[in-house]
Amino acid sequence: MRLLDAIRLAFQTLRVQKLKSFFTLAGVTIGVMFLIAVVSIVEGMGSYMENDFVAKLIGTNTFQLRRFPSISDASESEWREWMRRPRITFDDAKEVAAALPPAALWSVESSDNIAIESRYARPRELEASAVDGDYFRIRNMEVAQGRLISPQELALGSRVVVIGQEIATRFFPRLNPIGRTLKVGGTGYEVIGVAAKQGSIFGISLDRFVIASANSPLQRLVNPHGLIDGMKVKLPTTEAMFDARETVRQVMRTRHRLRASQPDNFVMETSESALEFWKKIEGNLVIAGVILPAIALIVGALVIMNIMLVAVSERTREIGIRKAIGAKYRDILAQFLVEATTLSIIGAAIGVALGIILSQTIAALSPLPASVAPWSIVTGILVGAGVGVVAGVYPASRAARLDPIVALRAE
Amino acid sequence: MPGITDVPAAGEPGLSTTAERKIVTATKGEAPGKDWVIVARGLTREYDMGGEIVRALRGVDIAIRRNEYVAIMGPSGSGKSTLMNLIGCLDTPTAGEYWLNGMLVSDMNDDELARIRNREIGFVFQTFNLLPRASALHNVELPLVYGGVPAAERRKRAEEALASVGLSDRKLHRPNELSGGQRQRVAIARALVNRPSILLADEPTGNLDSTTSAEIMNVFEQLAESGQTVIMVTHEADIAAHAKRVVVLRDGMVESDDRREKFAARTGV
Repeated sequence: MRLLDAIRLAFQTLRVQKLKSFFTLAGVTIGVMFLIAVVSIVEGMGSYMENDFVAKLIGTNTFQLRRFPSISDASESEWREWMRRPRITFDDAKEVAAALPPAALWSVESSDNIAIESRYARPRELEASAVDGDYFRIRNMEVAQGRLISPQELALGSRVVVIGQEIATRFFPRLNPIGRTLKVGGTGYEVIGVAAKQGSIFGISLDRFVIASANSPLQRLVNPHGLIDGMKVKLPTTEAMFDARETVRQVMRTRHRLRASQPDNFVMETSESALEFWKKIEGNLVIAGVILPAIALIVGALVIMNIMLVAVSERTREIGIRKAIGAKYRDILAQFLVEATTLSIIGAAIGVALGIILSQTIAALSPLPASVAPWSIVTGILVGAGVGVVAGVYPASRAARLDPIVALRAE
Repeated sequence: MPGITDVPAAGEPGLSTTAERKIVTATKGEAPGKDWVIVARGLTREYDMGGEIVRALRGVDIAIRRNEYVAIMGPSGSGKSTLMNLIGCLDTPTAGEYWLNGMLVSDMNDDELARIRNREIGFVFQTFNLLPRASALHNVELPLVYGGVPAAERRKRAEEALASVGLSDRKLHRPNELSGGQRQRVAIARALVNRPSILLADEPTGNLDSTTSAEIMNVFEQLAESGQTVIMVTHEADIAAHAKRVVVLRDGMVESDDRREKFAARTGV
């Protein structure tokens, strides 16, 4: 019951001194708001990475054979080691493909920025890929217009391309691109398909690509003779994927003549292994995202402590009266602690609301995704309560220690 | 036992006759009987004012029976405020012992004193000392809050106490919406709500005009008649003369301890 009385008293103080209360709450509100916003955005990016980005980049039940990891935060020495590794070749790919079980799909790919032009637009350097194997099936690519490059065309190196939506609108404005010519690195290719819209990741369009056969002249522009960026292998189940990965590892180790003691000098990434990198960044982002709000919360705690000290000295007489009529040390302590805690929980609750609004606004106005985690709301409120208790202890114990005779004499 | 000769001033029989003298001169640590609500033996209070020891009380002996109406009088600096703080359990003596309602208060710690103040003492102050932001009813309820009385009973008892001072129609008003006399009556209701052993009033009319003062003194008289022990600290002789017994302090010692009639006759009030 006394807890309710103390909470009511805190609300009364809040009502009577609106401006002062606003400043009291501001620190905690801002801290919790940014805490919620940062955590929401990091969480949003995380679920995006897990559900969309990596799946789009690599795909499920798929691994990618490369010289070194596609995303990483490698140190300089690691990087130097990677640069000494042998590159992946068409011959590697051929031997790997031969060793795979019949259910496996595989593709090779090499990409680079190549000058692209058409009769309708000025040339521009954009990403072009030379591919072979089951490339379109692994990427699950569908066309919005036209058709995909057939296995025969891939094998023959026919001068045909499939392009992304953005390439279509840029180089063939208000035109049907099918059947028209796109010049890639100076060679003319017939556009036979426009891929369905892929969307964007973190503001980077996924519809800006040109795909041709690895046997077409494009291959010479994106990689030196006989070399490829990497190879993808997809299997029907995760288990089969891991088995196939072991097979490929042995093939590659033999081809690279590695002794048993030597580590692999190539990587086989799955979406999980690519995610590990994200997990690392996510950890750093969360730490950064927690330190900044923490500073705001410390400031908030200091403000609350200061306001409570002022409140104690303003209400010295009240404390004297309460003690005279029987309030014990812990009664006064509890009163001011509850008051500080109530104030900061209110601040935190406002912060949670503003943080949700802020993260939704950021999500709406920028490419950053946001998803409000329930645990961050609970954490926000608990942090608010904690700040109140920490900030309230000293003023409250000062109040509780007051000598009733001295306190009663105060103005 | 110093000060015992002070109890009745030289040659004055006073009220402090054999019974009082016996109880205050009894062996230290001997609990007084049930009749005695207050027994102070050699009460001494010294303050350390930056190295200089100020002796505010120098061995005060007082014994007060249940249902008495006593005024403690004295000029400023006589030690009456110090004595009031000790009687009210707001402070503890440097030496001597203080028995309140059969309990040795002088050895208690702060929390025990708080509990005694809550149960045994009802304060009425010169400046009313009501909580400014709380209604009259909530002010009266407050001692019950600290006494751990459940909400429903708290409200009922607070309303009864307000009714007893004639303020039922003002229970939701705040102190600044009440006149001085009404505020003091709220304070009296608050003091009585826990049915204390003593009602301890400190200059209760100091901030009131003469008409209102008379009104408040009337309330005290009725309370005393109904059996409430009332102790009133004042520096005004005419206010003190309302009590049945007047203890006069001077220089930290009891100068005289008389029945009202004797006090009035001597001082000419």
